[in-house]
Amino acid sequence: MKQIKKPSSHPLDDLLRLDRIPHIWCPGCGIGTAFSSCLTAMKTSGIDLKKTVMISGIGCSGRGAGYVNLDSYHTTHGRAIPFATGMKLANPELNVIVFSGDGDLFAIGGNHFIHAARRNVDMTVICVNNFNYGMTGGQVAATTPYKAKTTTTPLGNSESPFNLPLLAYASGATYVSRWTILHTRDLMESIEEALLKRGFSFIEVLAPCPVNYGRRNREKPLDSLRIYQERTIIKNNAHPSELDIDFEKGVILGKFIDQDRPTCTEMYDKTCRPTDLSEESKAA
Amino acid sequence: MRPAVLTGEHFMTGDVACAEGAMAAGCLFFGGYPITPATEIAEHMSARLPEVGGTFIQMEDEIGAIASVIGASCAGVKSMTATSGPGFSLMMENIGLAICIESPCVIANVQRAGPSTGLPTQGAQSDMMQARWGSHGHYEIIALAPSSPQEIFYQTITAFNLSEKYRLPVLIMTDEMVGHLSERVIIPDAKDIKTVSRKRPKGRKDRLKPYRPGPDGIAPMPIAGEGYNVHMTGLTHDERGYPVMTVDAQYEMMERIIGKVRKNLDDIIRTESYRLDDAEIVIVSYGVSSRTCLAAVDEAREQGIKAGLLRLITVWPFPEDQIRNLAEKVKGFVTVEINLGQIHLEVERCAGGKAPAFLVGHPGGTIIPPERVINTLNEVF
Repeated sequence: MKQIKKPSSHPLDDLLRLDRIPHIWCPGCGIGTAFSSCLTAMKTSGIDLKKTVMISGIGCSGRGAGYVNLDSYHTTHGRAIPFATGMKLANPELNVIVFSGDGDLFAIGGNHFIHAARRNVDMTVICVNNFNYGMTGGQVAATTPYKAKTTTTPLGNSESPFNLPLLAYASGATYVSRWTILHTRDLMESIEEALLKRGFSFIEVLAPCPVNYGRRNREKPLDSLRIYQERTIIKNNAHPSELDIDFEKGVILGKFIDQDRPTCTEMYDKTCRPTDLSEESKAA
Repeated sequence: MRPAVLTGEHFMTGDVACAEGAMAAGCLFFGGYPITPATEIAEHMSARLPEVGGTFIQMEDEIGAIASVIGASCAGVKSMTATSGPGFSLMMENIGLAICIESPCVIANVQRAGPSTGLPTQGAQSDMMQARWGSHGHYEIIALAPSSPQEIFYQTITAFNLSEKYRLPVLIMTDEMVGHLSERVIIPDAKDIKTVSRKRPKGRKDRLKPYRPGPDGIAPMPIAGEGYNVHMTGLTHDERGYPVMTVDAQYEMMERIIGKVRKNLDDIIRTESYRLDDAEIVIVSYGVSSRTCLAAVDEAREQGIKAGLLRLITVWPFPEDQIRNLAEKVKGFVTVEINLGQIHLEVERCAGGKAPAFLVGHPGGTIIPPERVINTLNEVF
């Protein structure tokens, strides 16, 4: 029998729980690429990884927290952001990363997203948008394009999807970008920037789900990547209202928002703490 | 600027006493959402926490509130929320998360009459079974039932202490009457208040099994940012905290999260007796209704009925053995509660047919007057 050669070590090994590999993600899935871009960015950004936590909700992307070799919390469906909010406010020294999917963050968890952005909680939210509920077998999501087929829209989706960067911008996010998993270098650099940004940062990552979404919409794994290459336009600083996802017309990628606003904790200390106490904490 | 422990004699409501109890217990995070009749707890905490370096946040809903509380707890801070029926319903899923990941936290439910929106400004004790079984899956929980503002103060401290000791959510099941009742509350010196904090792991950070129980059955809890690279998940997990989708892993995890309560009933269960020693009829009650029963016992005794009161301070875990033992020697039980039969079912179950069990219940909105208890005693015995 042919011996399988032991794979050589990977530069991200120290950030992975290797005893949990292989992961659950399907062949052709984009989450792994988004995840490794995130890990690379965590390394290159130089943030203190001992003080870094990853929090996920439920779903395929929600398994991210289970593979990262950091303090990591796999919470309930839709509640990664409020869990992360509590953690950040209880210990503002922590770097808080929420890594989850579109269904988790924008359908069941949508309310928490807009409020965390409004409060400007200092955290980085990475949303892997694969346009459907992959883990449960491919149901329609709040991001599924109009007319797309899913197991719960067998006749085509009659609803309109969210424009996530517009939602983030309107809610008050201080950093907003969108990339695809084909644009790994841009994505990685963007995550790095977001991690170093004080305030609520949001990155949408478009990713294929060939098993549950692609196959019902005549989109083979390589087709998705071709679409990401041929039908996307990089336009930094585009206004978020231009960012509807329609691959027929072309989808805009880039960094759209990078602004400064005091964070939730800064505002709380300034407004609510007795003066002598906030000065003490400044001195510390 | 006031200290965490407001030593002295006060006149305050149950809700405010709950907040002051939390402060005295060392609570440093409150995630809340307004709801009658629990709002005053959040209001009071919003003023008090920043004074001692803590943080208050009003979240976007009760689901967010409890999730933030669990997040804060995992960051190492004693944390709580307070709500009433509708909010308690919304919190149920995440209470299950706290049970599963063994995250300490305290939830006060100032009960009002339901179902649904019910009578928002009028009290009841009708969430008692929800407190026991409201989250999905099988689990053990600790629930306390204070009957006065002074007792809420102390029980809130007890709730934090039990929660930290056993790494699980502890419920304070009070009610609108006690929550809105103003009475004298004496807050002792800080040095006389015993507070407990969760055990923390020691030793090499790369070898910790965060769910390996210590000799007392409870695993020391690593917190975020300490360098243990801990993983916590609501999926069934092994001692490493890793998800394991096997029946064996389920057995092992359930044994731990249920065993830590079942093996420590003597330490957890708190009851109080009034004229129970020679009683032939045992009145079982808790919270505001137990105050009715104190009067009812005295009145019954005057009428020559040998009644006594067993007041439940912890309602969950239920003092099964105490009821079983009493059932051997008394004529019967009467449970007095503002619902239509919840703890009554437990009393009946534990009496096991050896002594009859009757209910003096009420659908909610007001307290039960002592006369109704006396009338029942006269009718059924």
